[in-house]
Amino acid sequence: MLTHLLRLALLTLSLLLPSQIARAQDAAVDIPAQIAAMGEASLKELTQIVVELASTGDNGVVPVLTALADGNLYLDEASGRVVIQNGSTITDPLTGEAVDLGAEADLSRIRVNNGLRRDISAALSGMTLMSDNPATRLAAAQGFLSKPDAANLPLLDEAIAAETDANVRGAMQAARAVTILTSEDASIEDKNAAVPQVVAGAGRNAITILTGALADAPDEVKPTIEAAIAGLEQGRAVWGALQNVWFGVSLGSVLLLAAIGLAITFGVMGVINMAHGEMVMLGAYTTFLVQLVIRQNFPGLLDYSLLIALPVAFLVTGAIGVGIERGIIRWLYGRPLETLLATWGLSLILQQTVRSIFGPTNQMVIAPTWMSGSTDFFGLAITYNRFWIVIFALIVFFMLLLILNRTPLGLQMRAVTQNRRMASAMGIRTPFVDAMTFGLGSGIAGLAGVALTQIDNISPNLGQNYIIDSFMVVVFGGVGNLWGTFVGALTLGVANKFLEPYAGAVLGKILILVLIILFIQRRPRGLFALKGRAIEQ
Amino acid sequence: MNFTRAKSALLAAALAGSISLPMVPAMAQEDTIKVGILHSLSGTMAISETTLKDTMLFLIEQQNAKGGVLGKQLEPVVVDIASDWPLAAELARQLIEVDDVDVVFGCWTSVCRKSVLPVFEELNSLLFYPVQYEGEESQRNVFYTGASPNQQAIPAVDYLAEEEGVERWVLAGTDYVYPQTTNKILEQYLLDKGVAKEDIMINYTPFGHSDWQTIVSDIKAFGSEGKKTAVVSTINGDANVPFYRELGNQGIKAEDIPVVAFSVGEEELSGFDTTPLVGHLAAWNYFMSVDTPENEAFIADWQKFIGSDTRVTNDPMEAHMIGFNLWVKAVEAAGSTEADAVIDSIVGLETPNLTGGVAKMLPNHHITKPVLIGEIQDDGQFFVVWETEDLVPGDAWSDYLPESKMLEADWTAPINCGNYNTETKTCGGAAQ
Repeated sequence: MLTHLLRLALLTLSLLLPSQIARAQDAAVDIPAQIAAMGEASLKELTQIVVELASTGDNGVVPVLTALADGNLYLDEASGRVVIQNGSTITDPLTGEAVDLGAEADLSRIRVNNGLRRDISAALSGMTLMSDNPATRLAAAQGFLSKPDAANLPLLDEAIAAETDANVRGAMQAARAVTILTSEDASIEDKNAAVPQVVAGAGRNAITILTGALADAPDEVKPTIEAAIAGLEQGRAVWGALQNVWFGVSLGSVLLLAAIGLAITFGVMGVINMAHGEMVMLGAYTTFLVQLVIRQNFPGLLDYSLLIALPVAFLVTGAIGVGIERGIIRWLYGRPLETLLATWGLSLILQQTVRSIFGPTNQMVIAPTWMSGSTDFFGLAITYNRFWIVIFALIVFFMLLLILNRTPLGLQMRAVTQNRRMASAMGIRTPFVDAMTFGLGSGIAGLAGVALTQIDNISPNLGQNYIIDSFMVVVFGGVGNLWGTFVGALTLGVANKFLEPYAGAVLGKILILVLIILFIQRRPRGLFALKGRAIEQ
Repeated sequence: MNFTRAKSALLAAALAGSISLPMVPAMAQEDTIKVGILHSLSGTMAISETTLKDTMLFLIEQQNAKGGVLGKQLEPVVVDIASDWPLAAELARQLIEVDDVDVVFGCWTSVCRKSVLPVFEELNSLLFYPVQYEGEESQRNVFYTGASPNQQAIPAVDYLAEEEGVERWVLAGTDYVYPQTTNKILEQYLLDKGVAKEDIMINYTPFGHSDWQTIVSDIKAFGSEGKKTAVVSTINGDANVPFYRELGNQGIKAEDIPVVAFSVGEEELSGFDTTPLVGHLAAWNYFMSVDTPENEAFIADWQKFIGSDTRVTNDPMEAHMIGFNLWVKAVEAAGSTEADAVIDSIVGLETPNLTGGVAKMLPNHHITKPVLIGEIQDDGQFFVVWETEDLVPGDAWSDYLPESKMLEADWTAPINCGNYNTETKTCGGAAQ
């Protein structure tokens, strides 16, 4: 994320460099003095300097303002110079040339607050509207959109006429429409004509802008705005319901990931494994370690660290799972209460071990760029991290189905579960199959851990938050049935998300628990009950 | 039922047995003053409280290097309450009765404080509580060195209303006593200021909540009504990371909808990438980035003690430092570590805080503090954008709630009461 920002800043810088050097000379008297004053300025003085710099209309001040807003502008306490620092390169804010500050350099960042950042982005909009880079122009148009000023109208008109990118032009037209709508001089007709342009171009902010404009609008324009808002609200209600379904699916996919390993160990093998959550936690810590190694040795691969962590986490937690099965659980088959206690103790031991090694504080896994941010899919706001987790959960689920139904190991697993003695008589090494099954379940928990690094804390307690939910999903879906887990997780996710807006997060969760209790009363074997004699034993 | 009880008793015994052994056995019994440290070193709260235990060991080591107190060395007695509040009460009793400590520094959550209160009252010992809390309490044996709502929540709301022009408010919190009470006070305060009822949205989530999609999109919708909106967050520790991450992913920027948090400090931020958080706010009485010589020295000493130059300092650590120094001064003034003598001598004592001001122990057992508003930077530090001109005295009973505005706490003669009713002139809380 940080590197991404830096890269963007660098890009802007390099694009503007030629024009900047040329023009810096024109106003050389004023600008350097102002920039030098930035070092020791208070917030109020900084605001004043930003306004003055922007009023020069000189493109040469764009890098210094961008750097200030991004937090890349520094004061060298030793020499009193103001410089831009990007990563390890230090440049002069005006010339863009590299600066060598020597060994005594003591850089301290020139800090800004929200208000100043807003001012800078408004000031920059005016200067970067004609930039060569479409992304910069789009940002400039959006800047105008959030801070409309009638004085900018001629500039916008000029930019719209010259614009070639349809997307950017849309944003500029919306900005122009908003400016007209909020300006006092514009005619009624112009204002009425501006309303649909705002609706078309301002995206999700349209309602905010129109509601804001409504209060000051002349009476003749009010009906148009109200109608437009009503139309938008209606659209939002429909999309709101769909959005809820998406939230539900995304919550369901997280539940599915956490529960699916348990569906193997608890559902197929019948082992009540209270340490399942800790397998998830270990998967997350493995991801953290993998990313640490990659960051130190192969920074170029950072964006793919999660993909690299997947097999590693699977193998690590799978191996630990096999170890647990061989070391503890195999001595306790047929004694569910003891298994429960032993695995619960194990979960405490694992938690405290991790806490002793890594400390009690959260660890950080940086989100890869392809998992940050969100996109608008018609009226839906879909965040990338959730989107990829849904896809990932589906892949894991179908891979697991494939393994259980189409591989020799899966066949043996099912045989051992259905009739251990018969399977043994047929020559299947049941202890080996037990270990592999438990290892598979644990490995999948580790995979869930990799995904959870993107939405939750990586702390020793990570697993605790999911263990109850996981058992709930498996029991609700029907013990021993993968499809049951699948449907169970999605049902719980969607139901939770539909209750939440009405009942609140706390009451929603309680209601879900009550509903599950009632459901289990009526169907003790869950949604998809296994049938047959094996169950009766 | 029997089974679970036996299990928890067993567990408690095991924990108490294994962990509560004094960590520094050292010197002969009669030559030392024992200081109890009552924090969670395991369980959910370990993330915040482990550092406070280290802070106390650090302060005690420093004091011992200066010659101790009353010519005696201080001896820390560390127990682990394991984020288990009934256990906290048992361990508090053990500290006072078995280990014979003279003072206890401890607790983080309000529920921990409420659990151990009766023990300190019954055994007449001293507790210094270092964390910002919901107020509506003043107890003779407890000294509240963290902020009360008028030292944190109210100034933060004032800042947003005046400096950022906020008109619509989302009060989001974790579902327990501190956020509930704070939000009750804030809601009343906002209503009194003339904010309309429909411009306030209150939302509670369970501990450790991780799926913020619906709530964040609700906040976004609530903020799209044309008025400047802000979120006042009393969301507790662990749930904050997914909350901020969802805010960032759904594209809510601090410039549009700022979030001001009361429970997010340097320690909490050290666990993640703060780039998406830049510009969001926190209100505290101390930030690590405060530029004073006292603070610089404190940070340098702390990092040397802990052996790492990346360890951060935070507000509750400063509170422990202030509480500890006030206690040392009170003991020296009283010439004794007896609880009653210390309670009498500590009121009115002053000690410098780390932000260039003075912390004074008030008769209501709260202290004076400056209020700072900081913006989160991408290095996990806070940049102070606003601070109160004067020190703000802590108020035990909120002036904005009708049921507590006539109450005052004063533990000096002649009142000597934690909930003195200024209308009826009696001790004993609100007239029913």
